[in-house]
Amino acid sequence: MRTTLLLQQLINGVSLGSLYALIAIGYTMVYGILRLINFAHGDLLMVSPYAAIYGIALFSLPWFLTFPLAIISTGAIGILLDRAAYKPLRQAPRISLLISAIGASFLMENLALVIVGGVPKPFPRPDFFNHVIRAGHLHIQVLTIYSPLITLVLVFGLLYIVFKTRVGKAMRAASWDFEATRLMGINLDSIIALTFLLGSSLAAAGGIMWAMKYPQINPFMGVIPGLKAFIAAVLGGIGNIVGAVIGGFLLGVFEILIVALLPGLADYRDAFAFLLLIGILLFRPTGIMGERSAH
Amino acid sequence: MSAKWKFCLNIAALSALFGLLYLFSRYGSGYQIRILTNIAIFITLAVSYNLVNGVCGLLHLGPNGFIAVGAYTSALLSMTPAEKELNFILEHLVWPISVIHVPFLVSLIAAGAVAALFAFVISFPVLRVRGDYLAIVTFGFGEVVRVLCNACQSVTNGPLGLKGLHPYTNLWWSWGVAVLAVIVIQRLIDSNYGLAMKAIREDETAAMAMGVDPSRRLLVAFMVSAFFSGVAGGLLAHLITTISPGVFTFVLTFNLLIMIVVGGLGSTTGAIIGAVLFTWGGEALRIVERPMDIGIFTIPGIPGMRMVIFSLILMLVILFARNGILGRWELNWDFLASKFARLRRTDTPL
Repeated sequence: MRTTLLLQQLINGVSLGSLYALIAIGYTMVYGILRLINFAHGDLLMVSPYAAIYGIALFSLPWFLTFPLAIISTGAIGILLDRAAYKPLRQAPRISLLISAIGASFLMENLALVIVGGVPKPFPRPDFFNHVIRAGHLHIQVLTIYSPLITLVLVFGLLYIVFKTRVGKAMRAASWDFEATRLMGINLDSIIALTFLLGSSLAAAGGIMWAMKYPQINPFMGVIPGLKAFIAAVLGGIGNIVGAVIGGFLLGVFEILIVALLPGLADYRDAFAFLLLIGILLFRPTGIMGERSAH
Repeated sequence: MSAKWKFCLNIAALSALFGLLYLFSRYGSGYQIRILTNIAIFITLAVSYNLVNGVCGLLHLGPNGFIAVGAYTSALLSMTPAEKELNFILEHLVWPISVIHVPFLVSLIAAGAVAALFAFVISFPVLRVRGDYLAIVTFGFGEVVRVLCNACQSVTNGPLGLKGLHPYTNLWWSWGVAVLAVIVIQRLIDSNYGLAMKAIREDETAAMAMGVDPSRRLLVAFMVSAFFSGVAGGLLAHLITTISPGVFTFVLTFNLLIMIVVGGLGSTTGAIIGAVLFTWGGEALRIVERPMDIGIFTIPGIPGMRMVIFSLILMLVILFARNGILGRWELNWDFLASKFARLRRTDTPL
């Protein structure tokens, strides 16, 4: 019984970790090119579930159409975020860029609060994700299995774009040397826009899966997952896509196991993630995979 | 301008300030006095926050943690043992704190000291990193403090918080602390230490090459800032008389950030102007959250609209007027004198 419980918790951890991984990729990609922690990234994760809800409610589209549309529109908002908040500050001191990022994050949260109201909304989980698999003592929701699988598919798609295509080569070049890339005649603005599009879309996919996992959504739902995902990105070595994925999975498993094995410390769950972050920054600031080693 | 002149002008300005406060305390409404008290607390907070963010150039995002530490320390020390007994229903307060009862002044000093001690402890991880990482680590500490306040029920009473504090904080306490904080911090900025801090802000490597030890200078700034944040936290606790972990969220830090950015990062007087504008403007903006009657139709109040406006102001200032109101200038007697002299010069015919 003890081992089944542990197995159950491990599966839960991997499932949670896959969501952290999806969100962490966006942080790491933007950091790789702009050297900026995009504080507003977590809030993009809140946009897609709301977009999906309104898509289902207003246009009564089926979920398999609504979810991709919600993801694409969140990607567009990601590009808009860069154009409005970060592009005018490319030559500015770093502290201005960070303050702008914090301002953008608060603006998105509170704008959402004004538009959709503060009352948490239930998120309709499609029946497709609702089955429960029983194997012996294990009870696993299908969603718990699907989210790591979906994550892996998306990550391999992303890795294909980054490592096998021309735009991917341009992105890697930009993260190596921003100015030299510009001198090579590469349009950096469109490369940055693509980075934001990809990162935001992955966060949007993570957001929809998050909303299905915890089906109560509110305008501030992105804050804590965003922070955890950032910690995952640092854990894996920021700027490194594969590292972010590994860091995400590790953080998810670590968190679930701490709560499962030491239930008395469950209240301190959020504090642990930060202590982990501080520990990494102190002892191995480049993360377990090393900064940008995948590039 | 000679030092003697400036001293006299400073004394005159201070007497004018306290004279004005006296008039308000005699004839002002409760609402006005409350806002003035708030303004002074936020001046203390903004000026001490500006010391780290503006003068040292470190984007520190954890002052809400220091304020929480100060507020809880001062509240726990100033309550009588009987009041503590009433508050702690679920869990008993741990022993030494449960019997200590000290005067308000002592509790404020203790609040500052504990916050400074906390800053000293976390400075070891915090000051080893810079830039974005420093921002996220200090943010993390702010959150950790909040999580601890929620979880350590036998010290902080958890999510229930502490209720029924004596409303000790009045105009004189808050403005006294504000004036003291401004004087101490401005003296620090004008000293050798302040020069070193600005040198670190501009170019840390160059400063180190000149023999400045960044970690020591930054530690001083960090601890002084934490001390006054802690004291202001104690004042805040005894103004609102009920504290719980929910009071000290990141929103508090965000508000302070708006104040110092609007006033001008790195300028003490800018921080003061920012604090006054924010506190006063924040009250004035409450109308957008209330229903409005415009003749024929009514615009319903929109809850949360104030924060949208605040974040828009922050972004617009950082995007289009990065220097804020004062930039790095100080609105001091020299500045006024030079402006005045320039006015006179342009008046004289060529």
